[in-house]
Amino acid sequence: MSNAAASKATVSNPAISNSSTSVSDASRQVAEPEINKSEKLDSSGHQLSIDAREAHQLTFITADNLVIPTLKILQDDGSEFADAAAINLNKETALHCYKTMQYIRVLDERMVAAQRQGRLSFYMVCTGEEASVVGSAAALQAGDMIMGQYREQAALRYRGFTTEQFMGQLFGNEMDLGKGRQMPIHYGSKALNYMTISSPLATQIPQAAGYAYGQKMAGKGECTLCYFGEGAASEGDFHAGLNMAAVHKVPVIFICRNNGYAISTPTDEQYKGDGIASRGLGYGIKTIRVDGNDLLAVHAATVAARDFAVTNNAPVLIECMTYRVGGHSTSDDPSGYRGKDEENAWRNKDPIKRFKHWLLNKNWWSEDEEALLLEAYRTEILSVLKKVERLPLQPFRTLITDVYEQPSAQLEAQYAELEAHLSKYPEHYPASAGRL
Amino acid sequence: MTTMNLLQAVNNALDLAMAENDSVICFGEDIGHFGGVFRATSSLQEKYGKDRCFNTPITEQGIAGFAIGLAAQGSVPVAEIQFADYIFPAFDQIVNEAAKFRYRSGDQFNVAGLTIRTPYGGGIAGALYHSQSPEAYFCHTPGLKVVMPSTPYQAKGLLMAAINDPNPVLFFEPKRLYRAATGEVPEQAYEISLGVAEVVRQGSDITLLGWGAQMEYLIEAADQVQQEGISCEVIDLCTLLPWDIETVVASVNKTGRLLISHEAPRTGGFAGEISATIQERCFLSLESPITRVTGIDTPFPLAYEKEYMPGTLKIYDAIKHTLSF
Repeated sequence: MSNAAASKATVSNPAISNSSTSVSDASRQVAEPEINKSEKLDSSGHQLSIDAREAHQLTFITADNLVIPTLKILQDDGSEFADAAAINLNKETALHCYKTMQYIRVLDERMVAAQRQGRLSFYMVCTGEEASVVGSAAALQAGDMIMGQYREQAALRYRGFTTEQFMGQLFGNEMDLGKGRQMPIHYGSKALNYMTISSPLATQIPQAAGYAYGQKMAGKGECTLCYFGEGAASEGDFHAGLNMAAVHKVPVIFICRNNGYAISTPTDEQYKGDGIASRGLGYGIKTIRVDGNDLLAVHAATVAARDFAVTNNAPVLIECMTYRVGGHSTSDDPSGYRGKDEENAWRNKDPIKRFKHWLLNKNWWSEDEEALLLEAYRTEILSVLKKVERLPLQPFRTLITDVYEQPSAQLEAQYAELEAHLSKYPEHYPASAGRL
Repeated sequence: MTTMNLLQAVNNALDLAMAENDSVICFGEDIGHFGGVFRATSSLQEKYGKDRCFNTPITEQGIAGFAIGLAAQGSVPVAEIQFADYIFPAFDQIVNEAAKFRYRSGDQFNVAGLTIRTPYGGGIAGALYHSQSPEAYFCHTPGLKVVMPSTPYQAKGLLMAAINDPNPVLFFEPKRLYRAATGEVPEQAYEISLGVAEVVRQGSDITLLGWGAQMEYLIEAADQVQQEGISCEVIDLCTLLPWDIETVVASVNKTGRLLISHEAPRTGGFAGEISATIQERCFLSLESPITRVTGIDTPFPLAYEKEYMPGTLKIYDAIKHTLSF
């Protein structure tokens, strides 16, 4: 990756730094302690724009004035950096994370194959980004809301979404919690506090701020985790959402999956600043950048972020540096915009392999268990696929329900008109024939 | 009963809604201590605290998105967009998100509590960007309700109904009438059902249909032609989406003529939708073509605002023309 965000710097403590200026490079001129806000207010509460520290020589500040390190705990071979932060992940959670990543890897492979066979219309893989998603989801409490973009099916699986539920949504049939209304991968689950996915990018960001405001008002110590990509961070809603979250002091964790590409557009055509993390500071949001392929780093950062967000009613931004190993979707062919060498380099940084080696080193996992697990997942996914793809669609009336809490008189009239037409020409409408 | 202007009626509705339900939260640009640029939220922050009535940054898409998330969480947000002319940055959030929230989730999630209030309309020398009537854009969006009151009594009753309605509601307030319209308003809480038109005046020769600030002009014109022996039935649509087709159909079947008036430009305006429906439903009852008295297809002008406005004289003239068809 071309941006400075791919820095190999390590920081010794996974806890989020207390101030935007407390980075290791102490030689910088701009580093200064945070000024007590109360001292900067005039009598009407207006925050003075001029800090106590003045300059009498003309100086521009640039990105060089602020180096944002990337938190890493695991090396590519799965061993810990010698000076890495203490790890606080128990065996049970670690294995749950690992199995979730493996499940999603298998699901993604099988569903892409199913799409190629014409059984599914569309699919999107999480491949390469599993640790960014699972490591963060594992740091939450069950009552916390997750608002995803669309590539975070691993978070949903972590919370217990079943193979039947995945398949139901992918086929949009009677097993779909979303009633067959959206394209594949637009999952949602009220029971699992996973907000239904919406195609428009970044719309979930200001919504997450609002949701978290409600959680703050409810006072139950819950928060919202909001995922998005570095491409979505170019949308206005990103800026609106981060600013609203900061100004209104809400417990929300923003996680940017900086995966290198927005469909075909690489990051150096998406932004010129230092990744997305640099923007968090501009909004007054506590921020950290982590190696998104290092589950331990992502998890540690998110645990600290959650604690900070809920304790202080304040947002946190985490930028996960990762790579979209697969295409944007099954409709995309990355060979048109990037080389195999680049892809292979990132395959060698595979987050699942890295975490697996860590588990093996701890004797928490074995190759025998691995073989059994993968076989079990493949078998389950294929058998459920075969079962669910044959299920009927939702009742035809779901075409008009849930537009409003109750259908309007107009909609009922239009429905009656439509039913009459379909009844007249059922042979032309096989999906609804016999189902009216 | 007490006498209120339309602004006081809105303020009173918000006050009662906030008193009734701790989950009602009001926010928008300058609506906190300042009480909003029109003072619709006066004293609410003092009464209910900064957590429940607060200023936001200047970000309409942020306000709408924040309100949607808050509603999804189960709260009852009443967001203000300072002028309807500035609602467009929030268009995606309203049209793609709020309107589709329940449907796309299979009724797992909804934004039942969401209300977005915004002042609309001209006649105040506000030119292009403080005068628009953007209701038709939103009436093209299944999942939204669009409400436009014309009197203080309606403003309070419809706003309370909008806040309690289990669907996202856009509430367009006629700013020309904020202080100009006064009337008797009950002091206690009450609701006026959404989706129900009000027959303001019974008549036999022609049906005059409008909403919001146009009602004043329609009633004035009806008064003028009455002196010439023409009897107008005047209907205030109140809710545009979903609109009360049956009340309008019954009226047109009785009078045989329909005039629809709105301030927004004619092409793509909501009068076109109403005309299409009425000719489908009342074809054999119609004695003359359905007439539209509307803004013309320009940006909202400044220097010739009076000429642009579909005012009383234009309505008067159109009634006479329709009656002599």
